[in-house]
Amino acid sequence: MKPNDLKRLAPARRAADDSRLAAARLADRATAEGLVDVALATMDSPVGELLVAVTPKGLVAIAFDDDNLERVVARLAREVSPRVMEAAAPTDEARHELEEYFGGLRNRFDLSLDRRLMGPFAQKVLRATSRVGFGELATYGDIAARIDRPHAARAVGRALGSNPIPIVVPCHRIVGADGSLTGYAGGMSRKETLLRLEGSVL
Amino acid sequence: MVRPPKPAFQEFLEANRATVYRFLSVAVGPQEADDAFQETFLAALRSYPRVREPDKLDRWILSIASRKAIDHHRRSGRGPVPTDDPPDRPVHDPSPSDHDDPLWAAVRSLPPRQRVAVVHRHVLDRSYEEVAELMGGSEQTARANVYQGMKRLRELMT
Repeated sequence: MKPNDLKRLAPARRAADDSRLAAARLADRATAEGLVDVALATMDSPVGELLVAVTPKGLVAIAFDDDNLERVVARLAREVSPRVMEAAAPTDEARHELEEYFGGLRNRFDLSLDRRLMGPFAQKVLRATSRVGFGELATYGDIAARIDRPHAARAVGRALGSNPIPIVVPCHRIVGADGSLTGYAGGMSRKETLLRLEGSVL
Repeated sequence: MVRPPKPAFQEFLEANRATVYRFLSVAVGPQEADDAFQETFLAALRSYPRVREPDKLDRWILSIASRKAIDHHRRSGRGPVPTDDPPDRPVHDPSPSDHDDPLWAAVRSLPPRQRVAVVHRHVLDRSYEEVAELMGGSEQTARANVYQGMKRLRELMT
């Protein structure tokens, strides 16, 4: 017998395949034992694949597939908890509401949000943004005025650009003073798709 | 030197799952590997927020797996299993042929620490220094465990 004969007892490729299934089962066990601090899942949508991140407090982040997902996950690990795992069950409610929204069956979200990736100023801006309803639009200046910082339209724009929970916190409903769609962290075509879905633009 | 930040658990799991599974499938056997895998990574997940050396996570998880493998054999009361008396075939056996393989029978007959040391050295190709670190003992002990284990396997396989 040669030492290398032992390797054939567990071929590396079989271990890779078996361990993928084992890791999926681990996600269920870890969820059941309350050990997942940030649950990740992906879903398809009219604005491309979305990464949905949920903590026990609520929805903490949504990312588009051309965002640097590694960076998003690394940020969650650093700023929320390193116990970040792909685990579908904790994200079910968020994904279900998003499905309904994209299917035209829902015009407001009832999800609890975990706002800890928002700085204090961004939190004010994004709370005001959350009050802009489905089918409505507001300008950067409107939001600045609503948080009593009428001259801070530019800072409002930056805060909207940092929105960690796009779509659900509807920063896409904020437009330029002349009604132009202007910028969107997820790209203009996504902003347009979302506003068309809401009937705000043709 | 600046330490790299600790990766998300998912990333750590992806990077190490295949190696840990491979180790366990020989160290505890293919039927028990999944249970041991779950126990290993659940233990890791429990203490993950407190881990301080993100550059040594691969060794850390293998040292947990080593303890789980040794505990597993102690708990199941299985010291060396006589080679002429293979255990009953479990109902869900992913690879039934394993039971007819004399090498498996020989591996199952090893004392737990020898078996774990042999797998680290000859399945995962770890150095004796690493085997010692992973099993929490001296390099000399690691060498002795691998040597005794391999000697027994050779005897049984001739």
